Amino acid sequence: MPHLDAAFSLARFLMRNEEDARDVVQEAALRSFRFYGTFRGEKSRAWFLSIVRNVCFTALKRHRADETNVEFDEELHGAGGPAVDPGKEIDRELDRQTVRAAIEQLPPEFREVIILRELEECSYKEIADIAGVPIGTVMSRLARARQQLHQILCESYEREK
Amino acid sequence: MTHEEIRALIHPYVDGELDVANGREIEQHMRGCDDCRRLEQRVRTLRTTLRKSFPSYSAPTALKRSVRTTLRSEARPVRPFLSPWLLFVTGTACALLILAFAFFQNARATRDTLTDELVSNHIRSLLATHLVDVVSSDQHTVKPWFDGKIDFAPEVRDLSSAGFPLEGGRLDYLHGRTVVALVYRRNKHPINLFIEPTTTRDHTDPTTSTRRGYNLLHWTRNGMDFWAVSDLNAAELREFAAHFTS
Repeated sequence: MPHLDAAFSLARFLMRNEEDARDVVQEAALRSFRFYGTFRGEKSRAWFLSIVRNVCFTALKRHRADETNVEFDEELHGAGGPAVDPGKEIDRELDRQTVRAAIEQLPPEFREVIILRELEECSYKEIADIAGVPIGTVMSRLARARQQLHQILCESYEREK
Repeated sequence: MTHEEIRALIHPYVDGELDVANGREIEQHMRGCDDCRRLEQRVRTLRTTLRKSFPSYSAPTALKRSVRTTLRSEARPVRPFLSPWLLFVTGTACALLILAFAFFQNARATRDTLTDELVSNHIRSLLATHLVDVVSSDQHTVKPWFDGKIDFAPEVRDLSSAGFPLEGGRLDYLHGRTVVALVYRRNKHPINLFIEPTTTRDHTDPTTSTRRGYNLLHWTRNGMDFWAVSDLNAAELREFAAHFTS
């Protein structure tokens, strides 16, 4: 059963807890099996991850509706604030838990592109296919996601000092 | 490209998503722009930091196991539809059905032409004075007459005591081979009894059929096919067959 690690990692970051991530992967595996019969070919990773991602976002939307009822806004997130803060840079290695916590602070749509690009090494095209958005959106989301992640990591670095 | 346009392309540049021409323009711009250079450096540092801390999760063993179990149980109901055994059995049954139908049709057609031929032979034997080649009511005269003329020894019985006197015998021609025809008489009604060897070892009881007003009786005994043809009524023809086979 290939791609299960990648699938679980994506689900774990998006759901932010292990139990939900397990449920998501189980559900996604079942869906992909019913639809496709099995996993084959080179494209099967992107295809399976897109199912995982869709199951995650359906679950998240349900949670979101319960809590705040706020939809993700491309313009809102990442708008404002200094383009580049010259003073702050990450100048030493950070431990795994800090990085994980920082990623989890991002909105799910940013989390998704960070994980797919930085952890799974997907191309922009693959990310666009998985997330079901145009490549241009992938590009702008990734830029904003990196900017936010950088700020969060700098802050946690400040706190540790 | 303006500074803002270049800035927007720094991320795809670092990610190796830009073509050579655009990449060169970015590099040229960055040589003179601190802001863009700093952004490029920041993206690279971030990537390195993420890679070094290795934040990926790997699937728990329990999850791998339960996914495998789910998929296996999911695969099971599909199996009966694709069972090679079921396909084989269904296919064979269909083939047998078609064969049986073809065989039945063929057998019926053969039987029909044979019946026609028998009746024609019977009629022809009455038209000319060719009813018998050997005239005798003595079975010991009739039977040896066939020796050397055919490759089988037919059963010849005199049934005078039962009211079916033997008149004689002759050679006849049926579906391409020479057969024996014994001639009996019931009152005024001649009976042609055609005899030929058959491959079946079974004994069958006489079965009646009718063709152009003539009654036919067919049975098999001791590896011989018997066909009695006559204008005699069916009941008396059965009586004849009963005496002959007794």
